[in-house]
Amino acid sequence: MSPETLLTCIVFLPAVWAIPLVLFDAKAKEAMRYWGVLGTALTFALTLQLLMQFDSNKSGMQFKFDTPWIANWNVFFSLGVDGISLPLVVLTGFVCLLSMLASWSIEKNFKGYLMLFLILETGMMGVFLSLDFFLFYVFWEVMLLPMYFLIGIWGGPRREYAAIKFFLYTLAGSVLMLIAMLMFYFNSDRSFDLLELARIAGGTSAGKSHVYGMSMQVAAFIMLFIGFAIKLPSFPFHTWLPDAHVEAPTPISMILAGVLLKMGGYGIIRIAFPLCPYGAQYAAYFLAALGVFSIIYGAFAAMAQTDFKRLVAYSSVSHMGYVLLGIAVWKIVDGKTVGREYWEMGLNAAMFQMIAHGISSTGMFFMVGVLYDRVHHRDINKFGGIAQLMPHYAGLAAVIFFAGLGLPGLCGFVGEVFSVLACWNFSPLLAIVAASGVILTAGYILWTMQRVYLGPEYKGPHPEALVEMNSRELAIGYTLVATAILFGVLPHLLFDPMHGSIQALTQSLASSYETLYGAIHTSQLP
Amino acid sequence: MDFEALFKQFLSGDVAQQASILRSLTIFLPELVLSCSIVLMLVARLVSLDRIIPTHWFALLGGMASFVIVLFQFWEFGNSQTVPVEVFTGLAIHDEFSIFFRGFLTFFLVFVIALTVLTGIPDDEDAPDFYSLLCGAVIGMMLMSSANHLLMLFIGIEMASVPSYAMTGFLKGKRRSSEAALKFVVYGAGAAGVMLFGISLLTGILGTAQFSELAPRFQAVFASHAGMQDPATRCVALALLMIAVGFAFKLSLVPFHFWCPDAFHGAPAEVGGFLSVGSKAAAFALLVRLTTSLAGDGSGALSQLSLSCGLGLGLIAIVTTTFGNLAAYSQQNIKRMLAYSTIAHAGYMLMAVSALLVLQSVQTDLVFQGNHQENGPRAMEGLLYYLCVYLFMNLGAFAIVALIRNQTYSEEIDDYKGLAQQVPVLAICMAICMFSLVGIPPLGGFYGKAFIFASVYEATNVHWFMWVVLAAGGLNTVISLFYYLRVAKTMCMDTRPADAVPVSMAASSSPALYVMLVSGMVVFLGIIIDPLSKVALHAAHALF
Repeated sequence: MSPETLLTCIVFLPAVWAIPLVLFDAKAKEAMRYWGVLGTALTFALTLQLLMQFDSNKSGMQFKFDTPWIANWNVFFSLGVDGISLPLVVLTGFVCLLSMLASWSIEKNFKGYLMLFLILETGMMGVFLSLDFFLFYVFWEVMLLPMYFLIGIWGGPRREYAAIKFFLYTLAGSVLMLIAMLMFYFNSDRSFDLLELARIAGGTSAGKSHVYGMSMQVAAFIMLFIGFAIKLPSFPFHTWLPDAHVEAPTPISMILAGVLLKMGGYGIIRIAFPLCPYGAQYAAYFLAALGVFSIIYGAFAAMAQTDFKRLVAYSSVSHMGYVLLGIAVWKIVDGKTVGREYWEMGLNAAMFQMIAHGISSTGMFFMVGVLYDRVHHRDINKFGGIAQLMPHYAGLAAVIFFAGLGLPGLCGFVGEVFSVLACWNFSPLLAIVAASGVILTAGYILWTMQRVYLGPEYKGPHPEALVEMNSRELAIGYTLVATAILFGVLPHLLFDPMHGSIQALTQSLASSYETLYGAIHTSQLP
Repeated sequence: MDFEALFKQFLSGDVAQQASILRSLTIFLPELVLSCSIVLMLVARLVSLDRIIPTHWFALLGGMASFVIVLFQFWEFGNSQTVPVEVFTGLAIHDEFSIFFRGFLTFFLVFVIALTVLTGIPDDEDAPDFYSLLCGAVIGMMLMSSANHLLMLFIGIEMASVPSYAMTGFLKGKRRSSEAALKFVVYGAGAAGVMLFGISLLTGILGTAQFSELAPRFQAVFASHAGMQDPATRCVALALLMIAVGFAFKLSLVPFHFWCPDAFHGAPAEVGGFLSVGSKAAAFALLVRLTTSLAGDGSGALSQLSLSCGLGLGLIAIVTTTFGNLAAYSQQNIKRMLAYSTIAHAGYMLMAVSALLVLQSVQTDLVFQGNHQENGPRAMEGLLYYLCVYLFMNLGAFAIVALIRNQTYSEEIDDYKGLAQQVPVLAICMAICMFSLVGIPPLGGFYGKAFIFASVYEATNVHWFMWVVLAAGGLNTVISLFYYLRVAKTMCMDTRPADAVPVSMAASSSPALYVMLVSGMVVFLGIIIDPLSKVALHAAHALF
């Protein structure tokens, strides 16, 4: 399959797959389930095919192609993949397949659920693959509607509140992003091409001599950052997340935590940093501090929860703090980047953490969902003794939770340790604070495991329902555990494809900042 | 002039850029066809022909025929070296812009007639009255969109308004409907009077009523005058303000919007849909044509005029959008809510006009990188695209309201609870229309809004106030989410109360297909943008 067809298929196959669902009888639930699983499995297979064709020795964009979409406005349908987006694309395919398998418990209006689910997957793939800002924005918003309905119709008791809160936060961020997008559009002679915009920012564009002004970069960076920080989520924009996660049905929580949060980090790496290097550097310390604060804040908040799902949700806030920290550790002295290899390490760690969190938090939400499907409550204090009733389940859950905790040998460890290490070069103080977050994480996870899985006996409601996982659930659990161990033991599997692209990114950012710095000091720039 | 000379002119008197009367009549053919179908409808009733052939066929065929003729004119413009001409000795103008709007309006007429046929709002007895009013209003709107003379402006507005008053009161037995019509007519008469006064002032000072002459005359008159101290300047300002009142009434801009919620609430939903799209589109066409001819090339005194008009409209746009959105929030009746949403959308569209005038007020390329000549047409492209999507999304919403009303006799939002369980088609289509009204991609409403915001952003290079306009536009998009979402939420997420009147509609029935077609167009315009955007840009170029 030619790369162009492959990329287009990855993006649109799920949405096209949703169309024949109209013909299914509303009662043929079983048939629809397999249809949905087949669709997500095919998409996942296509992403694996992309992984095969991808050449990890090259650093730039691969398989990039442009087709005019709105010619009057220079908007192109432009897709491509590099080491930064590739792991996230594969992750999306993986998480979608697993959460489709976890959707067996959905009863109400299954046809509508499946269609929205598949459209959501198209939106996510489109965000990671599009190289045109306008297209990126459209896909970013395409996810909004299905997500709203998925939470609002199939969610828990406070679903409507959670759904509108999610919608409102994201829309507010999107409007800011739209304005920033227009800023770049009009300051680059009407271009939406992300690569070209980044080249202009670095002063290396052929034919464009000017770079974006300082004040514009700072303003645009703030707007873009707020838009992405809402998705990430970073303190103080995180308050939608616990509500959305708690109310969403299990598979949707898995997607929310596993993929949607990564869009925030991806947006910062792909758009906010390359397009406004000056703005990014201007805010670097603040970003790193915000990341560290999110780590500590999320951990403390998680510790205070009694709702199992809410706890996992706050642990996401804490874990995504490492992503922000890893991205932001860009140290500059007198216009020169100091210790670029540390920053590179930080970015690698951020990317790794995103994938690792995609696996571990998907797993954690799944494990909570397994319990919830059986006893229909999530109160940690009413659990206990699960390990005796469901030993197989408890074993798998333990591995997943340890992966979240960051135990060496499991995937969570690598990202955390590298981002803290990279931070040492940037600011030892922040590194110390961030490292102490690991203890808090260990604290709340171990305490939770003690309260839920250990203990003498289960005293909560529906004890008779606590039966061992069925084969479908076991398959999901084992897959997650296997990947968590795989990436924990062989992290280079992930680092290899990413490394070239991230190296190129840091190099070009460092040199663009130097150019800018020179221009500022000879005062050629407003 | 003796008879022979007149006759000659009738046949071949093509003065430079002016069509002979005969050619004018050919160009006027779409309007003539509509007029003929009105006469036919009325005659058919006299001879009881309407018992055999339902009246709506006359209206539908008339509308389709005139749409086809407009399409042909468009094709003619595209293919040959046809140049814009003034018709009827300069009273109207025939260019791509007017063709675009005449096409828009006749197309819309066909859709509205189809809707009324499906919902059966005029019964057989009243059908000839209703459809002649409808066609008459459309003729008036078409005149508005091709007006080239202040007199024509007034005639067009009145010709579009008077049938609208009557249609608003069409549910004769209902108190609310009559009340709405009365409010509408009183308000309309007042606004028309003020506007006419403004027109006479302007004509008196500038000595012409011809659009194309306004800018040069203004230039000549005000070459020596300076500042607001001068009585002539004040007089012109007063005249423009008075004309603006007339427009504000037609576009339901704050503070001349009070008629709008009451009229929409009282009128049948079909009429509401017609008024919210048709009269708005025509009024925007007219406003754009008048303001661009006033602004001229933006040199000398015109620059100041254009800038202040633009900023003034920008301020009105901010107030209108914010007010519309905030007021819509607390509405319980869906038609009232849609009325306030119409007000808010008029505000968004006015932002495009404001940006256009602000952009036209500078001539030099100093402020802009790149091609400055393109800025004006781009702003217009945004407005035209917005209007086209607005046609479908608003008509779709009103059509669904009408269809549900036919079964439940209710237009309260609370009575829409859980309709998704009984009529998923209507609920999904309503959700599409609502989200498009918010402006969420990949639905058409987003692109119109994004294009308009883009030109407002471009205008910030000229004046800082446009930043306020842009911020207000963005903020309002977020606010508007609440009330649109409430409708979608009520329909899709709530459960239908057991005592609610059941609604049923097969997915393959013609009303369902109609609604699917309309909301399908909203999705289509959100994915395939290129063709319409090119046509819109082409039409916009005719103005500059």
